[in-house]
Amino acid sequence: MQFPGRRKKLIGSSQNDLYDHCLQFYGQPPLENISLTEFETFAVERLKLLKTVENLGVSCVKNSEQYTKKLDAEISKFFFNKEDGISEYEKRRKDHISHFILRLAYCQTEDLRRWFIQQEMDLFRYRFNDLHSKHKTDFLHKNNLKYETVSAEEKKSLQDKLIASSYGLSGTKVEEHDVYKVPFQDALDLVRTRKVYLLAGNAYIPHHEIVTIVLNDFRTRLSKALAMTARSLPAVQSDERLQPLLSHLSHAYVGQDYSIQKNIGKISLEQIDALSGKSFPLCMRHLHKALRENHHLRHGGRMQYGLFLKGIGLSLEQALQFWRSEFVKGKVDADKFDKAYAYSVRHMFGKEGKRTDYTPYSCMKVILSNPPSQGDYHGCPFRHSDPELLKQKLQNYKVSPSGTNQILELVKGMHYQLACQKYFELTHNVEDAGFSLNHPNQYFTESQKLLSGGRDIKKEVDMSQRSQENPASVTRPSQANSKQAHEEMGDLDSFFQDE
Amino acid sequence: TAGAPSSAWACLPDLLPLYYRRLFPFSQYYRWLSYGGVSKNYFQNREFSFTLKDDIYVRYQSFTTQNELEKEMQKMVPYKIDIGAVYSHRPSQHNAVKSGTFQALEKELVFDIDMTDYDDVRRCCSAADICSKCWTLMTIAIRILDRALREDFGFHHLLWVYSGRRGVHCWVCDDAARKLSVAARSAVAEYLSLIKGGEETVRKVVLSDPIHPFINHSLSVVERYFCQYAIVEQDILGSKESVDKVLALLPEDILSFPVVLSQYQYFTSRYQYQSNFTILSEIMLQYCYPRLDVNVSKGVNHLLKSPFSIHPKTGRISVPIDLKELNTFDPFEVPTISLICEELERPRADEAEDDDVKDKENEQEAGERRRIRDYKRTSLAKYVKVFDRFLEAMARSRKGEMLQKSDLQKDF
Repeated sequence: MQFPGRRKKLIGSSQNDLYDHCLQFYGQPPLENISLTEFETFAVERLKLLKTVENLGVSCVKNSEQYTKKLDAEISKFFFNKEDGISEYEKRRKDHISHFILRLAYCQTEDLRRWFIQQEMDLFRYRFNDLHSKHKTDFLHKNNLKYETVSAEEKKSLQDKLIASSYGLSGTKVEEHDVYKVPFQDALDLVRTRKVYLLAGNAYIPHHEIVTIVLNDFRTRLSKALAMTARSLPAVQSDERLQPLLSHLSHAYVGQDYSIQKNIGKISLEQIDALSGKSFPLCMRHLHKALRENHHLRHGGRMQYGLFLKGIGLSLEQALQFWRSEFVKGKVDADKFDKAYAYSVRHMFGKEGKRTDYTPYSCMKVILSNPPSQGDYHGCPFRHSDPELLKQKLQNYKVSPSGTNQILELVKGMHYQLACQKYFELTHNVEDAGFSLNHPNQYFTESQKLLSGGRDIKKEVDMSQRSQENPASVTRPSQANSKQAHEEMGDLDSFFQDE
Repeated sequence: TAGAPSSAWACLPDLLPLYYRRLFPFSQYYRWLSYGGVSKNYFQNREFSFTLKDDIYVRYQSFTTQNELEKEMQKMVPYKIDIGAVYSHRPSQHNAVKSGTFQALEKELVFDIDMTDYDDVRRCCSAADICSKCWTLMTIAIRILDRALREDFGFHHLLWVYSGRRGVHCWVCDDAARKLSVAARSAVAEYLSLIKGGEETVRKVVLSDPIHPFINHSLSVVERYFCQYAIVEQDILGSKESVDKVLALLPEDILSFPVVLSQYQYFTSRYQYQSNFTILSEIMLQYCYPRLDVNVSKGVNHLLKSPFSIHPKTGRISVPIDLKELNTFDPFEVPTISLICEELERPRADEAEDDDVKDKENEQEAGERRRIRDYKRTSLAKYVKVFDRFLEAMARSRKGEMLQKSDLQKDF
C-alpha cells in the first residue's frame, strides 16, 4: 500500500468491479489515495468494532440473541456515516481500507497478529452467516473455493451417519442440498469439535456449514498476508505522519500484558501464602494450594502459576527457591530438581532456549486454551470446574451463600471473567471492583491497590465520562506537529476503557 | 505389578553396549526413518535425543548414515533414546544456522497413552504400576484409536509400540500424517478425546443426542470389554467407596430408583431402558475410553521415546505390538534387555562353522549378518518381524504411489 501525498485520484468506473460483493477476503490492497483524516477515522472505528467483537466473544455465547443484537448494532455504527446515508460502495470501501490499515498496526508481533486474526475471523464469520444462502454460494464461486460435492448415491448410503454428525441436518436436507467432501485438513474446526462426519480422511460438510471451511481459508490467507506485511513495515513506519497512529493503535489494544516486571523483589516468599488468600484470583489460589498440598504441579500448572508469580514481581532467584523448596518436599530430590525443573523455571524468565521472555497468561488465554485433564490444577475454575465443586470451594473460602449464587449464575451464563470479578468484590468487600478483569495479574495489582488504600475514586469517574463521548467526534484536522499529535492520540485510550 | 527387579538398572552399563553392538535392529530402523529415500536428507535432518548415564540429556543429535548412527550409539551408549522431528537443516548443526530459519518441518503423528492418566478409574494399581487387570485399558485404547485413525482419518501405516513400562505409543507414519500442521494434529487429538476435565470435574464424559458415529464405534468396543474389565476385574461395584464413585456420575433423579447396586444385573437391566442408555454409556466411557495427552500429539517438534529403546526403570524393550495378537499381548512377557543378552550368550551348535567362513568376507557385512542372526536367536526376533511387516507395507504403498505418479506422467 502506498501513501503518497494528499492528492485525490479517482478510481472511477472500476468502482463496481472492485467491490462486487459485500464481503471480501481482503486479497488485494486498496490502490487509491486517501486523506490522513480518513486514514485515522477508518482505523480507529474498525478497531473499536474489533474490540467489541472480542468483548462479546468472551461475555456472550456466540450467535445468541444478545450477541447478535449487540454485534449488529456495532456493525451498523461502523458503517454509519453522518452525511446523507452511505452508499453500498462506500461501505465496502471503508471495510476494505480499514482492514488494510489495521494490518499495518497488527502485523508486528505474534500476539498482535493472533489477536487481529481472531477478531477479523469472528467478524467475518458473523457477516458470512448473515448472508442469504444464494449470496453465500455467490461468494464461494467468486473466490474460487473448490470443493467436491458428494454423489446422490453416496449421500443416501451415508444419510444416517451424516445426520448424526452434523448439526441441523435432517433427511430432507441431505437429499435436497449439496454435501461437500473436503480433506479433513481443510475442515479442522469441525473435526476438532467432532461436528462433522469423517470417512477415509474426508470431512462431509453440509451446505450450511461451509462457512467453517471458508474461515479456515480466510485465516490461512490473512496469516500469510500479515507475515508479508511485517516485512514491508519499516518503510511505512518511516512515514512520520503515520508512525504515531500505528504504534498507538497496537498499543491501545494490548494495554497491560504484565511482561515488564515491576516491583521485582518487593514480594518475599514468606508473604505468598497470605497473599494467595487475599490477593490472588481463584485460579492462582487454587494452583498455590495444590502445589503446597502435593508438592508438585504438572507442566500446565507450572506455566500458568509460574508466569503469574513472575508477573507479581518474583525474581528468578526467588522463583527457583520457591519451586525447589516445594518440589523437594515431594518426590523430587534437590538434584533432580536442578536437572529437570530448574531449566523450565529459567526458561520462563527468558534465560534458556529461545530466550523469549514469556508473558503471564491473560484470562482469555487461561479460559480458552489448554483445558485441564486428570491430574491438572490449571485453567480457570469458573470455566473448568464442576459447579458443585466450585460452590464447595467458595463456601470453604467463606464466600456468602448469596454471593456464591451470584457467582454461579454468572458461570451459568458463561461470564467467567465477570464471575471472577464478583469473587473479587465479595472477598474484598466492595460493591464494585472498579475495573474490567481480563488478566490474573491485573486482579493481583488491583487487589493490592485496594488493600493499601491506593484507589483513586475521582479518576474512575473521569474515565467513565470520557468513554461516553461520541467516537465520531474525534476526527481531527491533520497535525503539523508530532508532539501535538501525540497528546491528541492520548484521547484514543478512552475508546478502549471497557464500558 | 510391573517392573523387572531393580538390578536391571545396575546392569545397564554392561548390557546396553552389548545390546547396541549386537541386537539393536539398525538396518530396519534406518529403513524406517529413511522412508524410501523419497525426500532428500530426511534421515540426516532428523533429530534424536539421548539420555546418557547420570541423567545427562543431549538434544539435536543427528546422523548422516546408518553407519554413523550405529557408531555413535555404540560410543555414547544412551539409556534413553527419543525421536524428534525432521528439521530444515541437520540438527547437529543448528547453531550454525541463521536464527529463525532452523525449523521443524515434518514428523509422524504420535499418540501416548499412559496408564497414570487412568488413576481415578482403576482400583488395582496406581501411578507407575500396571497389572493384567488394568492392561485391558490399553487393549481398548488401541482398538478404538486404531480403527478411528484408519477408517475416519484414512491413515494406513500405524506402528503401535509398548512403552516399556506403563503405556503404549502410536506412530502414524503416512506421508500425509508426517506433513500435518500443529493445528491439524491438535484437531485430530481433540476429535479423539472424550474425557474432559481435571481433578475438579466429577463427570468427565458428557454425551449429547444424536451420538456421533465415532462415539458409537468406540462404545461398541468398550461394551465388548466392559463387563469383564470393570465389573469383574476392577470390581467397581464391589465396595461402598467405588460404588459411590459410580453413583456420583448419575443424575440425581436416578438415585431415587430403589436398586441393589452390588449386582452386575443392575447394569444389564438398566441397560434395557433406552432413557438411561446415554448415562450408562457415559459411565462406561469414563471408566474405559482412552485418555490421550493432546500436548504430545500437537507438537511437530515433540520428542517421543524410540521403538526398540530400553526403558531404564524396567529394562524392557519398547517393542512393536502385533495387532493381530492384541488380545494375547502381555506386557510382562515383553523381553527385558537382561533376558535377550542372556539368550545371546547361549551357544548354538550349528552356528560355529558358519562363522569362520563368513568372517573372511567384508568385515561390515559379516558384522551385520551376525547381528541379524543374533537377534533372531533371542525373544526379540518376533517383534522385529512385526516391524519388518510394517516396513514392507509402507514400501509396497510407496511403490504403488510411484507407479501411479509415473502413469500420470506417462513415464515408463
